[in-house]
Amino acid sequence: MQGSEAVAFRPGVMLLFVTLALLMAAVVVLSLGAGAVDISPRRVLAIFAAGLGLTDQTATPREALVLFDIRAPRTLLGLLAGAALAVSGALMQGLFRNPLADPSLVGVSSGSALAAAASIVVGDRLIAAFWPAGTTLPFAVLPAAAFLGGLITTTVLYVIATRQGRTSVTTMLLAGVALAALAGALTGLLVYVADDRQLRDLTFWSLGSLGGATWTKVAAVAPAVLLVIVAAPVLARGLNALLLGEAEAYHVGVAVQRLKRLAILLTALAVGVAVAACGAIGFVGIVVPHVIRLACGPDHRVLLPASALLGGSLLVGADVLARLLVSPSELPIGILTAAVGAPFFLWLLLRGGRGTFA
Amino acid sequence: MSLLTLSAASYGVRGKTLLNQASMTLRPGELTVAIGPNGAGKSTLLRLCCGELAPTGGRVLWDGADLASIPPWRLAAARAVLPQASSLGFPFTVAEVVRLGMETVGRKLPRAAATAIINASLASADVGHLTGRSYETLSGGERQRVHFARAVAQLAAGRAASGRDDLPQALFLDEPTASLDIHHQLLLIREARRLADSGVAVFAVLHDLSLASSCADAILLMRNGEIVAQGAPDMVLTPDWVRQVFGVETEVLQASGGGPAFAYRLP
Repeated sequence: MQGSEAVAFRPGVMLLFVTLALLMAAVVVLSLGAGAVDISPRRVLAIFAAGLGLTDQTATPREALVLFDIRAPRTLLGLLAGAALAVSGALMQGLFRNPLADPSLVGVSSGSALAAAASIVVGDRLIAAFWPAGTTLPFAVLPAAAFLGGLITTTVLYVIATRQGRTSVTTMLLAGVALAALAGALTGLLVYVADDRQLRDLTFWSLGSLGGATWTKVAAVAPAVLLVIVAAPVLARGLNALLLGEAEAYHVGVAVQRLKRLAILLTALAVGVAVAACGAIGFVGIVVPHVIRLACGPDHRVLLPASALLGGSLLVGADVLARLLVSPSELPIGILTAAVGAPFFLWLLLRGGRGTFA
Repeated sequence: MSLLTLSAASYGVRGKTLLNQASMTLRPGELTVAIGPNGAGKSTLLRLCCGELAPTGGRVLWDGADLASIPPWRLAAARAVLPQASSLGFPFTVAEVVRLGMETVGRKLPRAAATAIINASLASADVGHLTGRSYETLSGGERQRVHFARAVAQLAAGRAASGRDDLPQALFLDEPTASLDIHHQLLLIREARRLADSGVAVFAVLHDLSLASSCADAILLMRNGEIVAQGAPDMVLTPDWVRQVFGVETEVLQASGGGPAFAYRLP
């Protein structure tokens, strides 16, 4: 590592990644152990060591069931969804050149949630009308709807905001606010016509939860999230240049339209997949990238992978709290992230003055 | 030899013609200055020249090829732009902002070479002492100088990456002195002149006639979206032309030890 700080990453980048990796390991061990069936972190480590043939403390059947069939998929799903949410936030803030931009701000999350709600309420009625009594909605419909909703919202947004091959960020932000309001109103309408059981499902969905995680769900979500995590850093240099402005990014050699299209596509994919996996969990996408920027600056080459790490840890950590606070029941995780995230967002607004309102 | 040629290039938007049939040439080693009242089309001309806008009529040729056909990353190695004002709402340091100019062009440069370029560029814009400062804490003039350093670094990185010291290059400066104090105005113009002397084709939009006539090889005088006169400073910046274009009376004074100085009054 020769040369001055001028071209290298900021000092502390290595330290940041080591810290984030350790944090993630700690949170994962906690998450595997915490809950109605309590397994101490030491016991969790011992069981995994036994799996590698290092000790002979094998798990009891009950422990094995809880660890491998319930908590392991739940923890993995949390890591994946948290990473997806944080990376989508970082991408969107780069795209909009505004550290306050967030998928929930431009209606992408709302679109996903609307489609999910529609699949619960409308899907139920269609089934009641056309299929024999007792048939339930296939499990895959809801995640697929959430993903499609996110993609459709993003595409509509992009079409509205693009004139003659140029995307206006201002139009996109304002159109996003309008779309979010529209999606919110339609979701409200669905809530109004929903019956009691559907209402419970809708609440669960709109507050977000990692409950109900299965290996099937993990396997469905993992490829898309990994694709986003691997592909996003490829855009890092372009996104760095884009922070100067669209014209300036073109001046320094970035194919701006292509960059924006790719960033939008990856954002839609990440948000859709996260909402599909665990409902509308807010504020991860705005808190995580901000913390990383405070630690190591706005360079996307660091920001994107570091956000993925911290986002995963944060969501799994929040899930541990959600399970512990009202054990043996659990809180919807979205309540926790909002309780931390919303004041944080307000603090960002009040601190202001750093071009965040530009 | 010409690096950039506009032949009867026009640009209009929503039925309004911002630039009408402009023809001009930028040559390596020459500093060309566009002068004219507000709204005369100077910035439109500059944005057409740097490929940001495509002409709605006529042609813009870069080294004989249609400018729009050159991919941005290749063009960026040969031309840099200092825009009128840049907004940047993220906490970069000054050195990082300069590095943004090399994000595409200097991607493959060894770290030592890139660092050397950044440090030299910072020094040339007299912002070397601000290297580690947060960009957001700088004044308007300091920011302008940092962006000048960024453009200079981009060109240096373009030469280094292509391995050609004689790579034909162009630098576009849109009102580069607008928020600078006198000292830094002169420093910046001296740097622009030095770059031109080293073979770069420099194009600047300026408002100060004295500054323009002291540094320019050629002046483009613009009004109402048209280039009304072009040529050597002493041919174009005459009291007659200035009266026609700006509607002010001028007296050209000969300052001792410098170029001509202009004194103005309303008629």
